[in-house]
Amino acid sequence: MSTFLGIPGIRRRSGASDGGTPADGGSTAGEGPFGPVPHPDEPLRWGDAFPAAAKQTLANDQLRANLGHATRTIRAKRASVVGEVPDWEALRDTGSAVKEQVMADLPDLLAQLEENVTARGGVVHWARDAAEANRIVADIARAKEADEVVKVKSMATQEIGLNEYLADEGIAAIETDLAELIVQLADDMPSHILVPAIHRNRAEIREIFLQRMGDAPEDLSDVPRELAMAARAHLRRKFLSAKVAVSGANFGVADTGTLAVVESEGNGRMCLTLPETLVTVMGIEKLIPTYTDLEVFLQLLPRSSTGERMNPYTSLWTGVTPGDGPQEFHLVLLDNGRTDVLADEVGRSALHCIRCSACLNVCPVYERVGGHAYGSVYPGPIGAILTPQLTASSGGVSGADDVNASLPYASTLCGACYDVCPVKIDIPSILVDLRAREVDADRGRSGVDPWKAAMKAASWVMSDGGRFGLAGRAATLGHGLGGSDGVISKAPPPASAWTRSRDLPAPPKQTFRQWMAAHERDADHPDANYREADGYDSSHSRAETATNRSRRPGGDEGETTEGRR
Amino acid sequence: MSARDDVLNRVRAALGQPGVGTTAAGAVGATPADVQVPREYRSAGEHSPGSAAVVEQLVDRLVDYKAHVHEVTAAELPDRVAELLVAPEQAVPESEAAGGSVVVPSGLDEAWLGALPSDVVVHRDVPDSPLSALALDEVDAVLTAARVACSETGTIVLDGERDQGRRAISLVPDVHLCVVRTDQVVQTLPEAVRILADHPGRPQTWISGPSATSDIELDRVEGVHGPRTLHVLLLAT
Repeated sequence: MSTFLGIPGIRRRSGASDGGTPADGGSTAGEGPFGPVPHPDEPLRWGDAFPAAAKQTLANDQLRANLGHATRTIRAKRASVVGEVPDWEALRDTGSAVKEQVMADLPDLLAQLEENVTARGGVVHWARDAAEANRIVADIARAKEADEVVKVKSMATQEIGLNEYLADEGIAAIETDLAELIVQLADDMPSHILVPAIHRNRAEIREIFLQRMGDAPEDLSDVPRELAMAARAHLRRKFLSAKVAVSGANFGVADTGTLAVVESEGNGRMCLTLPETLVTVMGIEKLIPTYTDLEVFLQLLPRSSTGERMNPYTSLWTGVTPGDGPQEFHLVLLDNGRTDVLADEVGRSALHCIRCSACLNVCPVYERVGGHAYGSVYPGPIGAILTPQLTASSGGVSGADDVNASLPYASTLCGACYDVCPVKIDIPSILVDLRAREVDADRGRSGVDPWKAAMKAASWVMSDGGRFGLAGRAATLGHGLGGSDGVISKAPPPASAWTRSRDLPAPPKQTFRQWMAAHERDADHPDANYREADGYDSSHSRAETATNRSRRPGGDEGETTEGRR
Repeated sequence: MSARDDVLNRVRAALGQPGVGTTAAGAVGATPADVQVPREYRSAGEHSPGSAAVVEQLVDRLVDYKAHVHEVTAAELPDRVAELLVAPEQAVPESEAAGGSVVVPSGLDEAWLGALPSDVVVHRDVPDSPLSALALDEVDAVLTAARVACSETGTIVLDGERDQGRRAISLVPDVHLCVVRTDQVVQTLPEAVRILADHPGRPQTWISGPSATSDIELDRVEGVHGPRTLHVLLLAT
């Protein structure tokens, strides 16, 4: 595909605002007490399409400063601890292959996991979609007469909007991870898989605690240690008295029925250990075949994720252990679009993701626009391939009017995400594939599509050397449109479609072919001053001259070797 | 059709199996190719378990995590335990002082408590009458053994056996004294996992330093909800 660098069209969520201004509806950013925060109707599809949403977030200098600082820090830490592992690439190869194997054997492995969890006293539930998973969790909480549940940070429960559902059912879900607590108190949405409040700095967090926590000390400073201690004091009683906890799972081990949660603060251990009842919501792709496979993934995950040799705490449990921890354990196995991703031969490797977030931290696009621009709880490069595939049944990747259809364009295809991915997901290739599909799907659309028309015209011009030469000379007429910096930032229609979202370099005064022809004439006279060939940088001209002199393409512009191809 | 059958059929459809319907989006996928899993990574380190090199590496990692490390012999251990529990200002800064009460699992080596003065309250957590979470919150410290330690990652694993106790006792008290025998220290994670794989069903807690968070500007702060102070007593064997 030659068109993957262009976004076919900018789509908006129906009812959402036009371009750069926040909407007044409930579907996109609104100005709250702590700045604009998104209020999603759906956790995998909120706000404007990426190009419009990115334009808004790019204007937020504070956000960019916070993100720049945080991602620089984490990139350096990761690079340092990955560099000290001599067999890192071998671990990645194994991790990648194990996950591929999991996908291929998924029906058997799921049955095995269910059997082993059940044999150890756990109860396994299956959920086709978010609504079903939410109902299961709410029913368990109600059966335990709990009007409050404590939660371990979990992407799966973010994805299904569990907290909002429970709130509607009269059950308060209390996030206990520090960053999730910050997000929850600010009535905000997460902007990073690992550090959901990465878009907030210490001063903002102090404000949020003072205004929303209720029991924050009045003299609270913005020193991270003090903020963390305020959260400890705030949550302590909740941990000690909670009856029901809800968690996600980093890994589910098929051959033993063991579940794993990886964390730092000890809030996970509190939730997984103290309440009488534990409900774990796990995507069906989070399986690993054997217990010993943990030796691979528990090396890959912490170093990729927080840039630590090992995270402070990892909890492993298998069903119910008499006398130790929750005496009632429920495992909810969640589909919610995963099987649609699995059905895609190219895209299915997005399910290998172990949610480390290394790809977010290295992404030049994520670093600048932040997580909220992606309009999904899964932002960044992995989100750009996972979100549209997960929402395939309700629009998603090839849905012409779906806001998620523009997500595969939220990338420069630089490949940094693939380099750092601990399970070697080839994100750039999947992005290109999804873009191609999006363009193909667009082909059938009725009505005049300026993009399609432009591509068709370009194809006609470029397929013939004579036409291409003429077009090039015509384009030089646009030279005057550029500003003093040689950049066109506001072109007249139809080129305005391009300059709405990016700058266009002004065309030079003469085309390369014109320059070449003049230059070839000069070359026959060694005394000629090459610099007279205006429109090109002189050093550039000399280099071109040296390499091109021997080849001597035909003098006529329309009859170059290029043109005849 | 039950949700279970529905989801499993969707998975089979996604993997190209005929006759089970389609995924929610109406797709039937292609059958994946067979997968060979390469295992070229190190399954053991160059240093043997319990060697001076792995012990030194473990100490380095633990100190990096801001844990307190005390290398002791069996003869010194009871006195050091008593020192850390009773007169903490002699061993560690006062702010990290363990206090006058300690909870221990029922299977702990009683000799380790041999030097404790009589005014230290020792709670023995027995399965028949476990301490409540609120009661544990009133206890100053916990003393446990460990199952295995990994030097490369600075990780100590507890697996809930009688000398380590149930998970809650090593979680709620603010100070954790953990005794690791040097012959329990292996270099690589695969070596540790293969020891743990003998009893995969035991509830495990992998501990790499005291609790910590990096949620505020990715600045690491040690000490959040789990024990804020971790003393590792490395017992020479």
